[in-house]
Amino acid sequence: MTVFLQYLVNGLSMGSVYAIIALGYTMVYGIAKMLNFAHGDVIMIGAYISFVVTSYMGLPAIVSVIAAVAVCTALGILIEGLAYKPLRQAGPLAVLITAIGVSYFLQNAAQLIWGATPKNFTSIVSFPVPAFLKAYNVSAVSLVTVIACLLIMAGLMWFTGKTKMGKAMRAVSEDKAAAQLMGINVNRTISMTFAIGSALAAIAGVLLCSYSPVLQPTTGSMPGIKAFTAAVFGGIGSIPGAFVGGILLGIIEAMAQAYISTSLANSIVFGVLIVVLLVKPAGLFGKYVPEKV
Amino acid sequence: MSCLTGKSFNPVMNRRSVIAGVAGLGAVGILAGCSGNESEGGSTAAADDGSAFKIGAIGPLTGSAASYGTSVCNGVELACKDFSTDDLKFVSKSEDDVADGEKSVNAFNSLADWGMQALVGPTTTGASLAVAEVANQDPQMFMITPSASSPDVTADKTCVFQACFNDPNQGANAATKLAEMFPDEKFVVFYNSGDTYSSGIRDAFVAKAEELKLNIVDEETFKDDSATSFTNQLTKAKDAGATMIFAPIYYTPASVLLANANEMGYDVKMMGCDGMDGILGVEGFDTSLAEGLYLMTPFSADEEKNADFVAAYKDAYDEVPDQFAADAYDAVHAVSLALAEAGLGADADPADVAAKLPEAMTKITVEGLTGTLTWNDKGEVEKDPMVYVIKDGKYVAA
Amino acid sequence: MFKFLQNKKTRSDFLTYALVILAFIVVSFLKDAGMIPRMIAGQLVPICAYIVMAISLNLVVGVAGDLSLGHAGFMSVGAYSGIVAAMSLSEAIPNDTVRLVIALIVGAACAALAGFLIGIPVLRLSGDYLAIVTLAFGEIIKEVVTCLIVGVDERGLHVLFNLTGKLTVDNLGLSETGVAIIKGAQGASGTDMISTLFAGFVLVMVALVIVLNLVRSRTGRAILAVRDNRIAAESVGISTTKYRMIAFVVSAALAGAAGALFGNSFSQLSATKFDFNMSILILVFVVLGGLGNMRGSIIAATILTILPEALRQFSDYRMLVYAIVLILVMIGTNNDSLKNLVARVIPKRKTSEEEVSADA
Repeated sequence: MTVFLQYLVNGLSMGSVYAIIALGYTMVYGIAKMLNFAHGDVIMIGAYISFVVTSYMGLPAIVSVIAAVAVCTALGILIEGLAYKPLRQAGPLAVLITAIGVSYFLQNAAQLIWGATPKNFTSIVSFPVPAFLKAYNVSAVSLVTVIACLLIMAGLMWFTGKTKMGKAMRAVSEDKAAAQLMGINVNRTISMTFAIGSALAAIAGVLLCSYSPVLQPTTGSMPGIKAFTAAVFGGIGSIPGAFVGGILLGIIEAMAQAYISTSLANSIVFGVLIVVLLVKPAGLFGKYVPEKV
Repeated sequence: MSCLTGKSFNPVMNRRSVIAGVAGLGAVGILAGCSGNESEGGSTAAADDGSAFKIGAIGPLTGSAASYGTSVCNGVELACKDFSTDDLKFVSKSEDDVADGEKSVNAFNSLADWGMQALVGPTTTGASLAVAEVANQDPQMFMITPSASSPDVTADKTCVFQACFNDPNQGANAATKLAEMFPDEKFVVFYNSGDTYSSGIRDAFVAKAEELKLNIVDEETFKDDSATSFTNQLTKAKDAGATMIFAPIYYTPASVLLANANEMGYDVKMMGCDGMDGILGVEGFDTSLAEGLYLMTPFSADEEKNADFVAAYKDAYDEVPDQFAADAYDAVHAVSLALAEAGLGADADPADVAAKLPEAMTKITVEGLTGTLTWNDKGEVEKDPMVYVIKDGKYVAA
Repeated sequence: MFKFLQNKKTRSDFLTYALVILAFIVVSFLKDAGMIPRMIAGQLVPICAYIVMAISLNLVVGVAGDLSLGHAGFMSVGAYSGIVAAMSLSEAIPNDTVRLVIALIVGAACAALAGFLIGIPVLRLSGDYLAIVTLAFGEIIKEVVTCLIVGVDERGLHVLFNLTGKLTVDNLGLSETGVAIIKGAQGASGTDMISTLFAGFVLVMVALVIVLNLVRSRTGRAILAVRDNRIAAESVGISTTKYRMIAFVVSAALAGAAGALFGNSFSQLSATKFDFNMSILILVFVVLGGLGNMRGSIIAATILTILPEALRQFSDYRMLVYAIVLILVMIGTNNDSLKNLVARVIPKRKTSEEEVSADA
């Protein structure tokens, strides 16, 4: 039983990292309607910034998180403005390929700046965990990640539900043209979405690397794809969906590794995704919009 | 909801845009072609006027295995500088293969166009298998891989050599050493099932361990795309009562493994192989985690006799050299000695080199960074394995 | 005599065939004359494989309108079944060409079967969800292939499925003369390199003929109708699932043949080669070449395969330059204001021609 609970905790910790990344994916998808494959690489940049600030400049961890968020936000706005904005009227495939181009660019730029040799990221959170939790493998990072994840989800739900900007985002998501006619600045709203998504990516990057210490230019790729799967799992575009999807994905992965096969863990995760999509074609929490003629 | 439904992406590409796109790509291609002669792309250590012997190096310089390839290419470059004499100058050029067989063959052909006379590389096993077959075809090219450890690389090929231990050797050696040093521990073998090097050592280790009656209580695997966290595997190993990990894995996942074990409070001994060398050089790595880690590697950056090389390497590349760089350095060393043995000069034809060097290789003895190296006629190296243990952040002979 | 060429679509198709044949003749002539650098010469067979991949993916993405992100999975199935076929017959059939043909057919058949089985669940979805599920299947195929251990001896084929990761080639129980063909995670090694440029050329032509004739046929028009308006197509009695399935399976079969060609041109091949990035690479060929435009796919596949190699002198900046080129080309070809600018400089020709190329 104890061992089972330990696996569950492992799954929860990894799952909440996926969840934070998935929240970023889902925000951008929900509003800009594009699959931002460069999201995983923004995560990597965020982690590098945090590493540079703590290791090279010797500043405290919290400063590094703020710096990472600031840089990634700026980067998100920059990428959106330079690469995605010119393609606003183009087909979604063109945007998809551009996002992949951006992903290659970020990975290679990071390698030129910081080198190919992996860095070891020292966890930014370290405090003693109560003994009764320690027995179940609960680490300080996991605790912080789960709490951060819940806070971010609550914050996003409040933001999109209550604030003016959030309402504008929802309007743009529903119908771009109608939103424009209502006096909403669509371009600014989309930029804002990217800013938020990238800020989340920075936080996710810091937490991911606190959890799994190897930092290299390809660090963000695989967690990015898995988190993307998580977002689809929960119903892409849905904020609670991304949260639930991320956590579930982490747990399924842990259980598959523990009880079935480590070699096939990814296949099992993807297999569950396929089954879910066949039963609920829009994911767990997604709205199914029937096609109109 | 969905943005990529059939309706929204009708073929909108018209002919003009296709032409514009293709023209754009073509322009870059031409640009690239024109600038070809001016820059030498890779790293050139000496003048490129035909008076120097051209050594090519191949390794992943981008992608997730980039650090290994970078070490190999740096090692080759440094060695070309060091082993150049007035009679025989060496010049090197490095090409990227992203640890992929197809790209590696491209890199090989590209180097052949440059005029390469001998190849030190590729770095990774898969890429080396692909290139070795091409190198062994007519026209032959002499190849010595510094780090590809599968016996298949050299098997049935006349002009292909290895400068590192091969996997079966290393796995069996590790089992023998462990049986001597820790006969009573309960072992878990932890390896990368998606990696030739790691699973190759594991296979040989398990076979030998059975013979020596080592107590293996569990085996855990991972793959490159799930190398972010090993807590599940460690939980299983702990549950099985393992007291020592044998991990034939590279140092990047090893640092995750150590961090995870520490985080879980799992107090376990660990031994790795040559791929784990370099773990102390990882920037930002908390070396206290690696305290007491056993390594079976032919090279140690902390050893007295290697001090000159380590200093020169640090000077040039701002990093502590790992076993990849040392093996690459020794490989170039071997090529320089074998050339002298065969009486070949800088103007030797690549096919001639490939025909004469194999015999010369079996006659030379290299007093290198990774020990005393000799080669058999199959192309495999013979050198002594050494076990080191990390004490106070340094490698100490165990 | 060439009356059939009066039809614009037919003319366009024959122009494509002519271009491929001409390119092959020129390249083989130059190759025999030793005028092609080794770097390019070594890439010729892989380029043929990539061209076929691009053509086949274009059938699904451009013609049928389903975004597939797991096309490399079918290539993987084809590559490994093709390698197994070629290697296990090496005793029985010493002739390389015959073995290669068998390998291509086996690769195509296995991939078609995989395409059909995967198509059943996948084609119930559409849009982004279809894209994700194909991505998922691509990853699953990759992992499953990684678990395979295959060997052959005089008693026949031996196949093991390495679920725990603890089995090795020794568990196959091969006899003395047996050969291990696929060694699990280590992939296939020691494969005979039997693919030739001529075989690649023939495969490209076969793929072109199949796809172009399919598109021009009654079936092809039905597929186009499904793509353009699924509901309207359904309302006139076209079975959407059937026609999407036809496109999907034909595409998978061609990808399998391409995989077999590719697999038999290298002596070593790991399953991880056919990952998500490979699928994306092929998709980039298709999108840059133009959706539905087979000629564009061929040109894009050729240029984009050579480009990263031609950029080698940029050394460290190579992939950075590649990424920038990719982004700029996408923006340059899709941005309305840029397009208008170009249109003003170069006066537009007859619009009817553009429609042809869009469907070609």
